[in-house]
Amino acid sequence: MKICVCAKQVPDTNEVRIDPVKGTLIREGVPSILNPDDANALEAALQIKDKYQDTTISVISMGPPQATYMLRECLAMGADEAVLLSDRAFGGADTCATSTTIAAGIKMLGDVDIIFGGRQAIDGDTAQVGPQVAMRLGIPVVTYVQEIVDYTGDKIKVQRQLEDGYELIEVKLPCFLTCVKELNEPRYMSVGSIVDAYKKDIKVYNHEDVNLDPKDCGLNASPTQVFRSFTPPVKGKGEMLQGSNKDMAKELVIKLKEKHLI
Amino acid sequence: MSECYFTEQHELIRKLAKDFAERELTKELLDEVEETGVFPEEVLQKMAKAGFFGIKIPKELGGQGADARSYVLVMSEIAKVSGVASIYVSSPNSLSGGPLLLAGNDEQKRKYLTPVVRGEKKLSFALTEPGAGSDAAGMTTTAVKDGDYYILNGRKCFITMAPLSDYAVVFAKTDMTKGTRGVSAFIIDMKQEGVSCGKHEDKMGLIGCATSDIVMENVRVHKSNLLGEEGKGFNLAMATLDTGRLGVASQAIGVAEGCLEEACKYAKERKQFGKNIGAFQAIGFTIADMATKLEAAKQLTYRAAYMMDTKQDSGMAASMAKLYSTEVCNEIAAKAVQIHGGYGYIKDYKVERMYRDCRVFTIYEGTSQVQQIVISSKLLKK
Repeated sequence: MKICVCAKQVPDTNEVRIDPVKGTLIREGVPSILNPDDANALEAALQIKDKYQDTTISVISMGPPQATYMLRECLAMGADEAVLLSDRAFGGADTCATSTTIAAGIKMLGDVDIIFGGRQAIDGDTAQVGPQVAMRLGIPVVTYVQEIVDYTGDKIKVQRQLEDGYELIEVKLPCFLTCVKELNEPRYMSVGSIVDAYKKDIKVYNHEDVNLDPKDCGLNASPTQVFRSFTPPVKGKGEMLQGSNKDMAKELVIKLKEKHLI
Repeated sequence: MSECYFTEQHELIRKLAKDFAERELTKELLDEVEETGVFPEEVLQKMAKAGFFGIKIPKELGGQGADARSYVLVMSEIAKVSGVASIYVSSPNSLSGGPLLLAGNDEQKRKYLTPVVRGEKKLSFALTEPGAGSDAAGMTTTAVKDGDYYILNGRKCFITMAPLSDYAVVFAKTDMTKGTRGVSAFIIDMKQEGVSCGKHEDKMGLIGCATSDIVMENVRVHKSNLLGEEGKGFNLAMATLDTGRLGVASQAIGVAEGCLEEACKYAKERKQFGKNIGAFQAIGFTIADMATKLEAAKQLTYRAAYMMDTKQDSGMAASMAKLYSTEVCNEIAAKAVQIHGGYGYIKDYKVERMYRDCRVFTIYEGTSQVQQIVISSKLLKK
């Protein structure tokens, strides 16, 4: 069984501050981390490997050369191999172009039974790349996986998280599953596994290696462009109404009328 | 810049230790350890799984195959959050595991060291006696040969982890006439007949790792449990302590860093006379001095570890690191308490515990004065 895990190196948003003048993220000096949901995705793969030892796990990422650090972390957690898609031509990609590149990278891995990804990355919060990769590979996708219920070889049954419950979904392999943090608790690396991780090679692929034309990747293939980043204006403090339900309803109607909302 | 001593691999090991300390060694857990005096076995098992008990020990013995710098990073990141947790890391890597690694034969290493680094067994190091502290050669514990056995008699004191241990490395005199050359090392089973621990010491700090005597009354030890050669025990103890100093220096920089962080946090929060106390020069300058001394201590410690990893003579460097780091750690902890004012004297605040925990750093594994002897004797030998 072959599993692929999509991972992204992201700035630790707990440490990110916003430039008050430019409205952009100040990334200098901010540590880069493995995207938290992707750590859950890797843990899900590792738990399958714990049960079925003939499983191999490949982690794939798109990013600058320094993203190898995050991939070493994945290897130290227990992944078997790591691939970094890194090329200037991939730069400036939106989710559409990113998914083209990642899908092309996954094709290079050969037949993959399950692809795990995080629900979303904490820097962009789009949650789009996973489903788009699945679409480009022509395989089914289940998003927001919060529990793996059963795995039988050619099918997998999962719980898909909803706001007020969950869906139970059975899906045929190969498939793409995007994971939420409730799925599991990612394991620690160990000192020895870190030592071993640095003895392994990380494959670095450019656009030629994954058979992509530069016009189909990066900024060139990105229909969405960011014009401006800004911090939303701070909302004023809410007003709490008091009194009986009848009084509060009356007060509410007055307030809404005052603001010409009704 | 610490960067010159560390590779990306070291940084990932630091990250592992830091994440572990933040996630596992929570305030609730540490408060409970202080209250009960017991460190939960469950957390120790997690530490074993993360490889913290065999950092420098080769993989074929169940260890992690990393180096002294990795050991320093794990120790200091753990000590930054919990001094007592770092004792559990240091013991198998250093004092108790050290003699086995240095002098044990293959069978002894497999039988005693491997289960210890895997967290399955605990081992302690028993050198100190009531009448033999810094003067270790003054020990009176004896080991008298009797056929294939040695009969051990004597009392060891202040033995870290003794009541929790499965085994102990014990130093005893096989020849009372030869001074340091009459000392030999043995591995004893703590459940063996004639071995007892006496009462647990009620310590000032590092609560959660029991310390006691080890009393030996006619304990029969098979000759296969003689560690290294007869008469070479003193050299073995000294060689073990040589590497042990690096561990204490790492604990010191860890605790000092924790104190500095707490002091900075408090100085930014606490308001007096209408402003944060950090805005007063008296506090600001104190913090500047604390940070500068801590940085110097780190550099000495990192350098000693680097020299060890690159097979240079690191004895004096490790002594300097231990001497300076532990002394400034005590100073930094005292100042952190001072900055906290009355709150620093209250157990709810972390610095109260850190201040007590680090007091022993200038004492155990060779007092500051012993380090001064080591350093000065090397300088004045020629």
